[in-house]
Amino acid sequence: MNNIILPELGEGITKATVACWHVKVGDQIHAGDEVCEVTTDKATFNVEAPASGRLQSITVRPGQDGLVGGVLGIIE
Amino acid sequence: MYTQAPMDMIAEDWGMVDYINAYQRQRRMVDAVIAGECGRLVFCEHLPVLTLGRLFKEESLLNSQQVIEQKGVAIHSVDRGGDVTLHAPGQLMVYVILDLNFYQRNLKRYLEKLEQVAVDLLKDFGILAVSVPGKRGVFAGADKITSIGIGVRKWVSYHGLGINVNTDLSLFSLIKPCGLDVQMTSMAQLLGRAVRMGEVKRKWMELFGNIFEVSIV
Repeated sequence: MNNIILPELGEGITKATVACWHVKVGDQIHAGDEVCEVTTDKATFNVEAPASGRLQSITVRPGQDGLVGGVLGIIE
Repeated sequence: MYTQAPMDMIAEDWGMVDYINAYQRQRRMVDAVIAGECGRLVFCEHLPVLTLGRLFKEESLLNSQQVIEQKGVAIHSVDRGGDVTLHAPGQLMVYVILDLNFYQRNLKRYLEKLEQVAVDLLKDFGILAVSVPGKRGVFAGADKITSIGIGVRKWVSYHGLGINVNTDLSLFSLIKPCGLDVQMTSMAQLLGRAVRMGEVKRKWMELFGNIFEVSIV
């Protein structure tokens, strides 16, 4: 299992809001695919899959905040 | 992440261009930069259009979408940060397609650098402007003169900022710009004269090159 993590986006940025997921639970995804979009006050950022596999679950849903370093979803 | 600044960027001037057309061209540029091409600095203007960023709130529109469209102002939802903003002729749009791996993958610092270019540019024209902590964009006194909003894919930026040079400011009455209770201003309004767009573009390239440590060709 591999966690999709919200990466460091810059000093002082501790969280970001998930705007949308580009994939659904159950979808096959490849390492490097852009799987979801998060937004801070003036930037959107596309989060990439760290590994190939099937999206097992979405931890942070659209409209919810994810923490930098925290899990947004899980790949199995 | 890389330790050195990129050597070159290519500047392009698209003139007056349809917003969606410009967006699609930016997306293709992002793919090219991801593939290893050098970055792009794009200047253009748009016919009146409202763009709704990912943090758009309904209350930021002060008229119904129907009324706005009847005034000839298009509306598009876009994948940039921020709330609603207006683009119109006389506003210089600067789109920056840049690999942020060269800049420590730091979105906050990147936005600050973009704002610094705008602040320095306005200073060169005799306008005292500042970026305000907690509020993105650039302000001249209490009024906003530059709006900013970016998107990032695989650490390559797109979208950018709009500087009101000779913009017809009356159209901003349709919205709460960036969701703020703020008046917008322009270089022309503050200076009491029309400003040559070409001068603004040349100065932007010079200052951007200095602050981002790139050669612009």
